[in-house]
Amino acid sequence: MNLTVFALTGAALVGLGVYGLIARVHMLRRIMAFNLIGSGLFLFFGAAGARGVGLDPIPQALIITGIVVALSASALAVGLVVALARSSGTACLPDEAGDT
Amino acid sequence: MTALISWLVLPLFAALAAIALPSRARLPAALLGVGLTVVASIWLTIEVWNTGAVTVSLGGWRPPIGIALRADGLGAALGVMTALVMVAVALAARHELAAKVAGPRIGFGFWPLMLLLWAALNAVYVARDLFNLYVGLELITLTAVALVAISGKAAAIAAALRYLLFALAGSLLYLAGVVLTYAAHGTLDISLLAARTVAPGDALALGLMTAGLLVKTALFPFHVWLPPAHSAAPAPASALLSALVPKASLLILLRIWFEAMPELATPMTQSALASLGALAVIWGGVLALLQSRLKLIVAYSTVAQLGYIFLVFPLAGGDGAAQPWAAGAWTGAIFQMLAHGLAKAAMFLAAGIYIAAIGSDRLGDMRGLARALPMTGFAFALASITLLGLPPSAGFTAKYLMMTAAFASGQWAWALVPAGGGLLAAAYLYRPLSAIFARDTALTPRPIPWAWQTVPLVLAALSVALGLLSSIPFEFLQIGRPEQAAEGL
Repeated sequence: MNLTVFALTGAALVGLGVYGLIARVHMLRRIMAFNLIGSGLFLFFGAAGARGVGLDPIPQALIITGIVVALSASALAVGLVVALARSSGTACLPDEAGDT
Repeated sequence: MTALISWLVLPLFAALAAIALPSRARLPAALLGVGLTVVASIWLTIEVWNTGAVTVSLGGWRPPIGIALRADGLGAALGVMTALVMVAVALAARHELAAKVAGPRIGFGFWPLMLLLWAALNAVYVARDLFNLYVGLELITLTAVALVAISGKAAAIAAALRYLLFALAGSLLYLAGVVLTYAAHGTLDISLLAARTVAPGDALALGLMTAGLLVKTALFPFHVWLPPAHSAAPAPASALLSALVPKASLLILLRIWFEAMPELATPMTQSALASLGALAVIWGGVLALLQSRLKLIVAYSTVAQLGYIFLVFPLAGGDGAAQPWAAGAWTGAIFQMLAHGLAKAAMFLAAGIYIAAIGSDRLGDMRGLARALPMTGFAFALASITLLGLPPSAGFTAKYLMMTAAFASGQWAWALVPAGGGLLAAAYLYRPLSAIFARDTALTPRPIPWAWQTVPLVLAALSVALGLLSSIPFEFLQIGRPEQAAEGL
């Protein structure tokens, strides 16, 4: 039962993230949306891996690796957004409306 | 085994050395790293040729607990192509991106990024674990995005961010498929997955992974990020991005569809993939025809050239995998990957020489440049022969193999794609060629060192030579192929 709650929460996070990705044009919000989707997937992954007898260590190892990957991608993305904001004065991509 | 490990680790060490060493020692260290990795790549190729596919279980742990690496003919061949492109790019970047020409930012950043990209590509070529492949893909994306943004111009940063958005969306789709696969089967090893019992969620997992990889490969209609990103980077970086980066996600696609889950392929999904490929050939070709800048023409041509490779799905996959023509179609697709890699790198490096010589890549400014820079003009023309698929180039071998398979399997409609695509390529490459080889204008470009001019020429010549000597790579590519397609024509 517990695991189902985790899996459903993960799915809800993915849904929220996808909504943010589509509905928002401010790049920082989009980066947060990506992180939400990633976290949702990892939560689902953890719940899926905990089924059966005992704990499966592989999902935990993979989730930690995945978090590191997501962190470095976010760092690069934030760096690029800062560079974009410095050079063009806006944190949105050029052809998209800047209404946050 | 030592060859495989050093092939993976050497570029990583060289990248760290290029960051840590003082500026005087940076270039020699990077070039030494390039040289050593090339040696490791040749060593690995000889080992694969002599003893068959090389398999390593990291730390002695076998799958499903551990991670397996396996260099088969396909992975090692892509490794050699990558090594050739990397050497050429390094030799061109030595002139083009030197700190005193291109500024300290590019002069510092390019070398570690290039070497990290190489390490990540090599890891993807041999990884047998779907999650390992995900990490490799992400490393490739991060270095590729940084290479796009390396000039620091506003347009380049916007192109890099757009690229990153698409690439991250693709990664997450792929990751979602991986998670579902693990939830159903408890393993991510490609060989173990091939022996699994099919679960109901497998089609969804395969679909998610495929969608993610298509975004990363820039297949039509997910190609919109590619041309601005590839043309915003400095030319040697564009060569890496266009010639190598899409091949990694394409390779994973082949591994999943032909090795991990071949039984899930249905005629409809295979035709859908090939149709998208055919649309990419047409759409990329038409847009290339409309561009007025050389780098954009070459970038749109990448969209078109990648499309051909997707014909492999109906011609060599699913039920057709056991047929005699499957080996030809499969090898043709790999030949297209290799030929496109060499020829496209040559084209971008030639474009880099033109930009260095006249400060522009507008077709109108390039008229008559072949008179001042004949070697570069010849290199561009040779690379065009490969992209057009004219004999005796490797592009011809690729299209010939795919068209033969299309006729042999009775799916003759797919043979129209290489034929029509060749005509479109002739149209869009005629414009830059006629500008470069125009007789009318006398230009006085800046002098370009002889050693730099030979680099694209050698690459373009190799893309033609691969077609002339196609029997050796043909045999090499069969090493470690998935069994159900082992019997060739």
